[in-house]
Amino acid sequence: MPSFVIVEKCDGCKALDKTACQYICPNDLMVLNAESKKAFNQEPDQCWECYNCVKICPQQAIEVRHYADIMPLGSSTFPLRGTDNIMWTIKFRDQKTIKRFKFPIRTTPEGSIECFKGKTLPSDLAGLKKSGFYTGPARTE
Amino acid sequence: MALEREFCKWSFCSKPAVETIETDLLLVGGGMACTGAAVEAMAWAKAAGIKVTLVDKAALDRSGAVAMGLSAINTYVGPENKIADYVNMVRTDLMGIIREDLVYSVGAHVDQTVHDFQDWGLPIWQKDAENHTVDGQVARDEGLPLLKDGGKCVRSGRWQCMINGESYKVIVAEAAKNALGMENIHERVFIVKLLTDKNNSNRVCGAVGFSVREHKTYVFKCKAMIIACGGVVNVFRPRSVGEGQGRAWYPVWNAGSTYAMPAEIGAKMVLMENRFVPARFKDGYGPVGAWFLFFKAQATNAYGEDYMARNWDRVKAEYPGYADSPGTCLRNHAAMIEMREGRGPIMMHTDKAMQALAQVLSKKELKHLEAEAWEDFLDMSISAACLWASFNMEPDKVPSEIIPSEPYLLGSHAGCAGLWVSGPAKNYMGAPDSWFWGYDRMTTVDGLFTAGDGVGASGHKFSSGSHAEGRMAAKGAIAFILDHKDDKLEAAQNIDEVIAEIYLPFEIYEKYKDYTSAVEINPNYLLPKQVQTRLQKLMDEYVAGCATMYMTNKPSLEEGLKRLTLLKEDATRLAARDLHELMRAWEQYHRILAGEAHLRHILFREESRYPGYYYRSDFLSIDDSKWKVFTISQYDMKTNTWKFETEPYKQLVD
Repeated sequence: MPSFVIVEKCDGCKALDKTACQYICPNDLMVLNAESKKAFNQEPDQCWECYNCVKICPQQAIEVRHYADIMPLGSSTFPLRGTDNIMWTIKFRDQKTIKRFKFPIRTTPEGSIECFKGKTLPSDLAGLKKSGFYTGPARTE
Repeated sequence: MALEREFCKWSFCSKPAVETIETDLLLVGGGMACTGAAVEAMAWAKAAGIKVTLVDKAALDRSGAVAMGLSAINTYVGPENKIADYVNMVRTDLMGIIREDLVYSVGAHVDQTVHDFQDWGLPIWQKDAENHTVDGQVARDEGLPLLKDGGKCVRSGRWQCMINGESYKVIVAEAAKNALGMENIHERVFIVKLLTDKNNSNRVCGAVGFSVREHKTYVFKCKAMIIACGGVVNVFRPRSVGEGQGRAWYPVWNAGSTYAMPAEIGAKMVLMENRFVPARFKDGYGPVGAWFLFFKAQATNAYGEDYMARNWDRVKAEYPGYADSPGTCLRNHAAMIEMREGRGPIMMHTDKAMQALAQVLSKKELKHLEAEAWEDFLDMSISAACLWASFNMEPDKVPSEIIPSEPYLLGSHAGCAGLWVSGPAKNYMGAPDSWFWGYDRMTTVDGLFTAGDGVGASGHKFSSGSHAEGRMAAKGAIAFILDHKDDKLEAAQNIDEVIAEIYLPFEIYEKYKDYTSAVEINPNYLLPKQVQTRLQKLMDEYVAGCATMYMTNKPSLEEGLKRLTLLKEDATRLAARDLHELMRAWEQYHRILAGEAHLRHILFREESRYPGYYYRSDFLSIDDSKWKVFTISQYDMKTNTWKFETEPYKQLVD
């Protein structure tokens, strides 16, 4: 289901240095209309429905209308992604069945990864041609 | 008569700005393999005194096959398994022909990379002291030991462990960014051509690409390169007919660049006849692994008969020696028998599995189990969950249809297409001399390395194995750079001509656009989408796509090749209206080359090595007497010809 942008909610990310959905889309689909300052999906049949634009939009202006050649109208699946968890709300086509799930997404604070901290970096370049990584040796059996 | 060739003389479109970047190691791609390479390369870079640069056609946080997330790490050997057993599993699943030196070395390294993921913050499900399953956050809150300290992961299958993987790629990208520094990462730059050295045509020395955001070309000059930009998606007509084409099982932006660009400079490819046809939840492409392995669901034909049980004696008789334990393609084969004989659709009985579990679980446990079932989709294939919602289907109440999809070319999942690369060390695990030429994961082009989907004859790496393999390739590449410090490199190609070629689709469009009254219909050019649909149609009809139930033969392949050859000529008349379409134009060009390799390899291998992935109707059996070999091809771009050779398979592990 290609993503769509709700005109009333999209503010063109005017407060940011770049448009969030345009920045994140792995397939370069989201673009900002220069005149209306609203984002849109320029190639809906190449949308992987990865929801990355939906998750990143600071205005919650992006949702998904499921692939027209496959899915009936009326349901919705919407995420709220926080810093350490994601909450999904799924509404069925019947408008009665609602599912809500919350899952952790990471156990460390965003931006805290320091991959060389506390590690002894290799100094003997002969090790390049041997097995193992800087974080630990290869398994031997 | 061939088409008259067009040249970009900058008469109709303007010249782009050019930025030249000199580096030592260039990483082309931003998925699991190159983010792994980034971290490991930078650990050695200081001592080695080298510069590392990464270039990604998308944004590193969400690029590659893990962009949406994943619900499991599919390769974690763990203390309870032996590496040799991992190799045995991969050999069985890939029908007896794998590079066991490559597979073994992935097995020996992959757990370390998984331990690093957990350190960085990836929530990995664990077993607590009472052997209950807890999610990755609870495992940390309860202070369970990390996997590296003896903590137990939650297995769905023997090699898989469950994760809360929505942010898997964000976490792995953050580590790569921390290692490299943003100043060494170029996002939204699509590399389309590789450069070779003037004095050694078999030596890579750079790459040229363009920004998809501004009118600007990037020329990278490097001493070594790791190219790892995924497999090939949508080279075959997909089962979807409209918007759903975007819902490919593998990432829709994987355009075969990993194979096409190295092929153009003469890198040898191996087992490009191999493909993966995933049997998945129909239309939404939800993963089936957890349902089979974790929830113990059964799949049947439309009449409730277990298609494996029904057909297994027959499959054993058809493929003696290969059906003793059912590999992925043979399981597909059994389902395809049912479909061909009119007993479809194939159903996954999620309802019965959940109802059986409800008998033995508490209410709370059952609620948790329902969340786990939905998370399996929401973490990695969201539309599969949406499909349930849109059809009012609750998986604990009704079964869901599964179906074999359109074919995909890749080297990291249950497939083994890719480039022919050097093993990790001389005679590693007893490998023949001819499997090692100096540097781990180097292709047959000097200085050009690959990992993940790029490495052929070595499947079942998945996300973790691809990350680990990127790290191995990084070490190999730095060793190469240090051994070739004094090489003076100069591109054999004229850079201005390369740039003109890259922007030719702009020139063609601007030159001809006013000739007709509708830009989509013009006898002087084709738009990328039009090239893609023609490629998909001919691959589907002649190269064993869904249209023929994965069946082809020599006459079909030869007809397909005729059409593909004409399409390749027509691709010199690709037109693009903007930068986005210019990216699509080059993606289609890469797809054509990857598709050609696939077609020619299927034509070369006169047997059906992978029944359930594809069949040669003129050679329906597996013929070990002739074909238990690696098929290796080499493309010569100058003469537009292909050479084939074979290399004997050798078993290294019992």
